[in-house]
Amino acid sequence: MNKLLAALAVTTALFAPSLAMAKTVNISGQMANYQGQAAYLAIYVTDAAGTFQRTLYVGGTNARYYRDMRAWARGVATVGRLDGITGASVGSGRSFSVSVEIADALIDAGYQIRVDSAVENGQVFAATPTIPLAQSSSGQAFTGSGYVAALTVAM
Amino acid sequence: MFRSIHAAFALAASVLVCFMAVTGAVLSVNPATETAAAAGGRASVTVADVAAMAASTHGEVERIVQTASGRVIAYTTAADGTAAAYTIDPATGAATGSYNSGGFFSFFAELHRSLFLGDGGRIVAGLAAAALLILSLSGVVILVRRLGGWRHLFGLARGSSRQRLHVNLARLAVVGMMLSAITGLYMSLVTFGFVGDGSIAFLPFPAGVDGGMPTAITNLAALRDTPLAALRELVFPYPGDTGDVFTLTTSAGVGFVDQATGALLDFIPSSLGQRLYEAIYLLHTGEGAWWLGLVLGTAALMVPVMAVSGIAIWWRRRRGQPRLRNNSRAAAADAVILVGTEGNSTWGFAGALHAGLTAAGRKVHTTTMNGLATTYPRAEHVFVLTSTHGDGAAPSTARQFLARLTHWKGGSPRFTVLGFGDRSFPKFSQYAIEVEAALEAKGWVPFEAMTTIDRQSSQAFERWGSGIGKATGTSLELVHAAEQPRTARLVLEGRVDYGAEVQAPTVVLRLVPGAPSRKRIPGRRIEGAIGRFEPGDLVGILPPGTSVPRYYSLASSSADGIVEICVRKQPGGVCSEFLHGLEPGDTVNAFVKRNPDFRPARGRKPIILIGAGTGIAPLVGFIGGNLRHRPMYLYWGGRDPQSDFLYGPTLAEMQRSSRLTRLVTAFSRVVDGRAYVQDRVREDAAVLRTLMSRGAQIMVCGGRDMAAGVRAAVEEVMAPLGIDVGTLKAGGRYLEDIY
Repeated sequence: MNKLLAALAVTTALFAPSLAMAKTVNISGQMANYQGQAAYLAIYVTDAAGTFQRTLYVGGTNARYYRDMRAWARGVATVGRLDGITGASVGSGRSFSVSVEIADALIDAGYQIRVDSAVENGQVFAATPTIPLAQSSSGQAFTGSGYVAALTVAM
Repeated sequence: MFRSIHAAFALAASVLVCFMAVTGAVLSVNPATETAAAAGGRASVTVADVAAMAASTHGEVERIVQTASGRVIAYTTAADGTAAAYTIDPATGAATGSYNSGGFFSFFAELHRSLFLGDGGRIVAGLAAAALLILSLSGVVILVRRLGGWRHLFGLARGSSRQRLHVNLARLAVVGMMLSAITGLYMSLVTFGFVGDGSIAFLPFPAGVDGGMPTAITNLAALRDTPLAALRELVFPYPGDTGDVFTLTTSAGVGFVDQATGALLDFIPSSLGQRLYEAIYLLHTGEGAWWLGLVLGTAALMVPVMAVSGIAIWWRRRRGQPRLRNNSRAAAADAVILVGTEGNSTWGFAGALHAGLTAAGRKVHTTTMNGLATTYPRAEHVFVLTSTHGDGAAPSTARQFLARLTHWKGGSPRFTVLGFGDRSFPKFSQYAIEVEAALEAKGWVPFEAMTTIDRQSSQAFERWGSGIGKATGTSLELVHAAEQPRTARLVLEGRVDYGAEVQAPTVVLRLVPGAPSRKRIPGRRIEGAIGRFEPGDLVGILPPGTSVPRYYSLASSSADGIVEICVRKQPGGVCSEFLHGLEPGDTVNAFVKRNPDFRPARGRKPIILIGAGTGIAPLVGFIGGNLRHRPMYLYWGGRDPQSDFLYGPTLAEMQRSSRLTRLVTAFSRVVDGRAYVQDRVREDAAVLRTLMSRGAQIMVCGGRDMAAGVRAAVEEVMAPLGIDVGTLKAGGRYLEDIY
């Protein structure tokens, strides 16, 4: 359906073996109430300084809007590939939930989970909320000031 | 085939296509409102000016966007992290209002794109675009064939009022519909990744960023060099991050601007795919060309009207198909009926012939001409019933007939051709003539020469049937009324007799509804009984004990509250003798048949009415309704002013009240100055030429010979102007109602 999805399928296949030392993490979020179309969102991992590591989840399939989520898109551009799961964009007031694999080495090592969100003809929000990628964050709802109102990571 | 495709897609997708058209029409207004809201006159303003102004007025600007319609929007973030968006005046940077991405048009945009059903809805929207495209293309093919070729594409539409509505709207809107459909389909394909849009999802961050102290925005060279008109989007660097850059998107491409040096880093020009996408986006939405948006929106509004009229046409046509009882197999039949029809009217006659032959004990196989077999082993007689389409072409159910005939292996059957048509068209029964010649060339043997039926005349069909019965040795009784109407009972209120002294007994009959009615207004009462009608429409009369109606032109409209007709007594004419025998208080069974092709054109241009004898009926009706005193000229021919001057006093009154501008009469049985109406046309050549050069319309009503004479006279009179009757007819300026 989409070149990116095809690329995603290939990269997932390539990286699957290295997930042996990984943990399944459930990420669930609640969207803010806003006026406008369904929001695009990107959930990704950075180090403490904000340097992009990898993508966990992209909501929204039309790649022409990815550029708007600037912080994340630049990170993807530096890494040169989009790894992670792609799903649908999420509308106002809706919730979403996705399971991702995160390497054990990234947990409790000072990394962060960040969320960028954008709406067509609307605002663009970067890194809100931001959650420490640590066991201690598990199950806690972190509030954000963008289109994603709250995000919970269950490890 | 195109007709079935057109019908199938219309039935399957019309609701969806209408939904998309209506939501699209709502959205089409958006570019115009946006453009009106955008401030104008700022050729010299640069991106640097606007960016600096916005930054100094609104604090932390995240980005500035210029819509295709020229509105400039600044997205800002306050210190506490709350976001806001303003439309700004590019000259001052001042906010002209807050900008909200939601709202009315955003709701309709999403409804139009996905019906709020996500990807499933987007697929449905794409299918609607495909359906509209197929409907438009197949419709154009049908229209071109119907009108007799591309040359006639803008010729006068004919047929029932809904058919003309459908055709006229199609000609107005089809280009817009196709544009919307093609561009919509393309955008759907882009959404689902089948076609690229040339966009770059992940722009690589530029190398060689200076990282030094930011310079004031007004001094950044790359921004100063970009006129506001070219701006699409300017994304500001993250505040406090000296390593970050401005991202500048213009109509030419995307690049980065160093906030310290003002240099343009890594400019990526728009790809061809991206330019194509932008052009198609503009063509679909009208964003950037508001007038185009309104044109497309207007075209879209015609879609629901066309859907309703189209389905009504389809339904009527379908109802016109007869159910054939005892239709034998082709191999077993001793009589074969082949039907060529465009609008199904011929089917009714074929059904009557089928029933008549079956009743006479024949085994009958009836099919379309396209269904011609390679042999009919037992056929003794083959009947070919065909109409002629457009400019002498095959009607839709006969389009493959001549091609199929080349594969014929069945020897030399006996056959006859019955052609249906309208004598007032130049290529009357042309296709039937062609078919007869082709069959003879193939070795078929005519057992009866070709006969033509003018305008579905039941009488002519009956006559043909008795001839055929004799020729085939079958006792054949053919009864077919083109349409079995529901009749109303009318009562004769009064009659005026003329013409007995000159062997042309003629009577003007005034009929009123027979059934009691609670309605007080006479017009309402007659509409309740028989429906609405106007002068020039026909009233069908069923004489007692017959099922074949005779038609008479109406001299009145339903608003007059009466049915008024003018009947000449025909020797041996069942209906005219019946009508002539009526006394006030007697009743008749009647119904109205619309005749929408014989009406004065709208407007104030002069009307030239020409007729003879009872042909005056609709003409006097037109004059009677001429309350706005439009110039109307009447040329009428009778026998003797003392005897058959129909409506004489009425016409004089109409001249006094300025409804009739000029009356010219010709009488053929007077001692001095006997003349026919066409003679008066020739004598009045100068007046007629002046009127025609002012755009006048000619309407002729009466017998066939008179009409032919008038046509020749008008042809002569108009020759110096370089106008011929054919051209006038094609433009709807020469109408005939001939009997």
